Amino acid sequence: MKLLILLVTVVGIIAVAQLAKIYQLSARLRGHREEDISEADTRLQGSLWIVFMFVLFGTTIWQFVRYGDYLPPSASLHGEAVDMLMGYNLALVIVVFFVVNALIFIFSFKYRFDKNRKAHFFPHDTRLEVIWTVIPSIVLAVIIIYGLQTWSEMTGPASDDSLRVELYSKQFDWTARYAGDNDEFGSTNFNLITPLNPLGIVTQEGIDQALLKIEDKIAKLNDELTVEKGHLLAEKVELENTLHPSDDHGHADHGHADHDDAHHEMSEGYKDNLEMRLAAIEDLLNSGNATVMTDAAYEAKEDKIYRLKRHRQRILELKNYEVGEGLDAWEVGNDDRIVKSEFHLPIGREIEFIFRSRDVLHSAFMPHFRAQMNTVPGLPTRFKIETTITTDSMRTILDNPDFNYILLCNKVCGSAHFNMQMTIVVETQEEYDAWLSEQKVYMAEKN
Amino acid sequence: MGNINHKESFISKYIFTYDHKMISKQFLITAIVMGILGVSMSILFRLQLGWPGESFAILETFLGKWAPGGVLDRNAYLALVTIHGTIMVFFVLTAGLSGTFSNLLIPLQIGARDMASGFLNMLSYWFFVISCVVMIFSLFVEGGAASGGWTIYPPLSALPQAMPGSGMGMTLWLLSMTLFVVSSLLGSLNYIVTIINLRTKGLSMTRLPLTIWAFFVTAILGVLSFPVLVSAIVLLLMDRMMGTAFYLSDIFIGGEALDATGGSPILYQHLFWFLGHPEVYIVLLPALGISSEVIATNSRKPIFGYKAMVGSIIAIGFLSFIVWAHHMFVTGMNPFLGSVFVFTTLLIAIPSAVKAFNYITTLWRGNIRLTPAMLFSIGLVSTFVTGGLTGIILADSALDVTVHDTYFVVGHFHIVMGLSAIFGMFAGVYHWFSKLFGRMMNTKMGYVHFWFTIVCGYGVFFPMHFVGLAGAPRRYYDSTSFDFLDSVTDLQPIISTFAIVGALAQLVFMFNFFYSIFRGQTATQNPWKSNTLEWTTPVEHIHGNWPGALPEVHRWAYDYSNPAHDEDFVLQTTPLKDGEVGH
Repeated sequence: MKLLILLVTVVGIIAVAQLAKIYQLSARLRGHREEDISEADTRLQGSLWIVFMFVLFGTTIWQFVRYGDYLPPSASLHGEAVDMLMGYNLALVIVVFFVVNALIFIFSFKYRFDKNRKAHFFPHDTRLEVIWTVIPSIVLAVIIIYGLQTWSEMTGPASDDSLRVELYSKQFDWTARYAGDNDEFGSTNFNLITPLNPLGIVTQEGIDQALLKIEDKIAKLNDELTVEKGHLLAEKVELENTLHPSDDHGHADHGHADHDDAHHEMSEGYKDNLEMRLAAIEDLLNSGNATVMTDAAYEAKEDKIYRLKRHRQRILELKNYEVGEGLDAWEVGNDDRIVKSEFHLPIGREIEFIFRSRDVLHSAFMPHFRAQMNTVPGLPTRFKIETTITTDSMRTILDNPDFNYILLCNKVCGSAHFNMQMTIVVETQEEYDAWLSEQKVYMAEKN
Repeated sequence: MGNINHKESFISKYIFTYDHKMISKQFLITAIVMGILGVSMSILFRLQLGWPGESFAILETFLGKWAPGGVLDRNAYLALVTIHGTIMVFFVLTAGLSGTFSNLLIPLQIGARDMASGFLNMLSYWFFVISCVVMIFSLFVEGGAASGGWTIYPPLSALPQAMPGSGMGMTLWLLSMTLFVVSSLLGSLNYIVTIINLRTKGLSMTRLPLTIWAFFVTAILGVLSFPVLVSAIVLLLMDRMMGTAFYLSDIFIGGEALDATGGSPILYQHLFWFLGHPEVYIVLLPALGISSEVIATNSRKPIFGYKAMVGSIIAIGFLSFIVWAHHMFVTGMNPFLGSVFVFTTLLIAIPSAVKAFNYITTLWRGNIRLTPAMLFSIGLVSTFVTGGLTGIILADSALDVTVHDTYFVVGHFHIVMGLSAIFGMFAGVYHWFSKLFGRMMNTKMGYVHFWFTIVCGYGVFFPMHFVGLAGAPRRYYDSTSFDFLDSVTDLQPIISTFAIVGALAQLVFMFNFFYSIFRGQTATQNPWKSNTLEWTTPVEHIHGNWPGALPEVHRWAYDYSNPAHDEDFVLQTTPLKDGEVGH
């Protein structure tokens, strides 16, 4: 069916083109020039502007009627102010849209070409220009002041007794975290993320595990480097030179005296060590375990080791983590509650969201709360809302028993970006408390 | 200057030419090819958006393994969206628009034999071609083309493990854009130098046609902002390849904690939008310049408020450098900083409003010849106003929070920058076709093309505002799983249908364009009865533009229907009459 529509359109356009072609040929026969617009054309094109105006304005009004209630009423306090601001702005914009476009279209029709008329020579008029510089300036000043007022109210600091909820994003889902009974979030670090600790909550055990893991990696890389054939051969040559120096092996830069001194002063123990090492190298080379690596690959591995060591240092620094407010730092996170796929909020309370991201940029978009904030790896962000309508009330308002508030990702983050969502339930404080107490406690799950 | 005694072989005339008129044609035709590519891509992903999950044989034909069973693959969808944006913004509307019309009109309208440096001009074109080739090639590498959106925000674009499109495709994207910037810088420097140095006798800056003013400011914007994009790209390449951490910090991906710390993805956004916002005006100003010229000529009236028009071009150009962070209200940026950018952004509305009202006053009591170029220019004024108005909503940070990255934004910038700039480009092509090819385009087909284009343009992008207000995020492969968007789902097929019809209507233009190059009516020297210098050159192209001495200018470009003269136009080369007050 759609293909048919497509086909018809194609044929239609081709037909129109052909028609025009014929028209052109006939015009050429009559000696018509392309730049001479005939009276009939002028009339038609002028009138088409008026037709277009009615179509554009008509469909605009239709769209406002049909889609004007674009979202349900705001479910957050600041959202009501935002909606009001949006209302005023939209009203202003739509009035200007109608008036200015109407002027454009009507003038295009009204002042269409007439060979008996000469245009009005009107190069400038300072008064007019001042008017349409000053009036927009005033209107914009009002918009700016009103807008910034709303902005500063919604972005001000959250109050101390607000409920803090952490939203954590990764490809491609969300996790919410609540502080638990001690009202404090356990601190987190991305180095400590494991399948059992998806948020990277800092624990003594986690740090030890991460250190072990990184030591393993370093050791493994070191092992790989120690069996590199080229470097082994080079080392072998050097050892042999040290043990059995001869003039052939050129130490021109150093001078013989120094070298001989070094040789003579070499202790027996040291010499034994060198010989043992030499034997070990021989063994390795003969065993067939030695591998060949390009210089670049060797250097890349060295570089990786350097990076891993730096990384290890950073994890070690976590151990110096300060103990806060009488709580054992390692236990603050133990009662944190972690939820997936659905999270709850109490009604009528200020909620401060803290956003974190594990991998790439995401954006926490909650259209029903008029809230949006990017989540940035390495940079926690915040946004506060105050809930005003419970999920149940909203269902009644909308007469839709399936309605749910939703959190979605609004910054392209990969292939499943379009399906990264979480349901939000707003309920009374009692219901919320009951729900929260049933949620998984971080420590409990781990054990 | 210029290479008047240049020996003409096929290669020196059509390929490595130094002649600005030929380079202009090269830019135009390359841009048309890229435009076909960019628009076709949008149709492919609009099929998925209009009828999600439905099978279209055409998709499998074009995309093969990217559309198994005729349903677009998710990664391919993102790649198409990304490359569509890149091609349209940079290759069509930046290089295509400036490259074509700055090259054609700057020497012709200022009375110069050629550009200041024909060689740099040639290089500029060929860098552009290479960057096009690299970009097209990136579609075919393993993992597919860059897919992180045309803004390629890291860490997504920095980490090959984050998505398939962040592998080789992204590297090529960065390479292509670097070449593109080289092309753009060479071109822009040339335009600036030419305009400053090579104006003919009598042509003071205050007598320049507004086209030249627009190209001039555009070139300055390009020279100042594109290098910042290059630095952003270089830092990104280093993060990708050399293990630096300019944009990366605290990332755990693919089961592994990366060792990068201390960088900030937000830094990239600051750098990117420092180009990205002036870029909007790099695209828009030439279109406004073209429409100023076309509207004045076809209204048979001087452009109203010439000085205000010049002033507003400069004001827009200046302000465009201090508004970039309005793209970043929800990045966690300090809210006070956000306030500053709200203020500067809304300031831009003032010179924009002045321009719009001046256009309308130019139409008022004019004697309007409704040529296809004029229709497109009037259309431009309409889309410029419509798109600009929704910008007022987006500039208000409190409102941006609710519509940021939704279809509202897509609708807004496609109207104000996409449609307006494309309309300007079409207006330019219809108006100066005879200067480019010595022949006329068919007027009737121009009418058909215009009405299809404007109706479909509004039909595609106007409803998007409502989709966005309802909360539908952009760059979603499929939003049918969100019940709250049910109220606007029925708009998607309508939008897609308009897009398909609108794209097909461009075939009329294609036909008209290529047919007229060879078979169009032979042009007369000054078909539109215009004042500016390009219409004093012969129809046939010659090196050096004017066969004899360079013309001398005695008046501004806008003496239309001057009551002191009988004709309704007065060439700029016409000396002042006794007692006539010059401009």
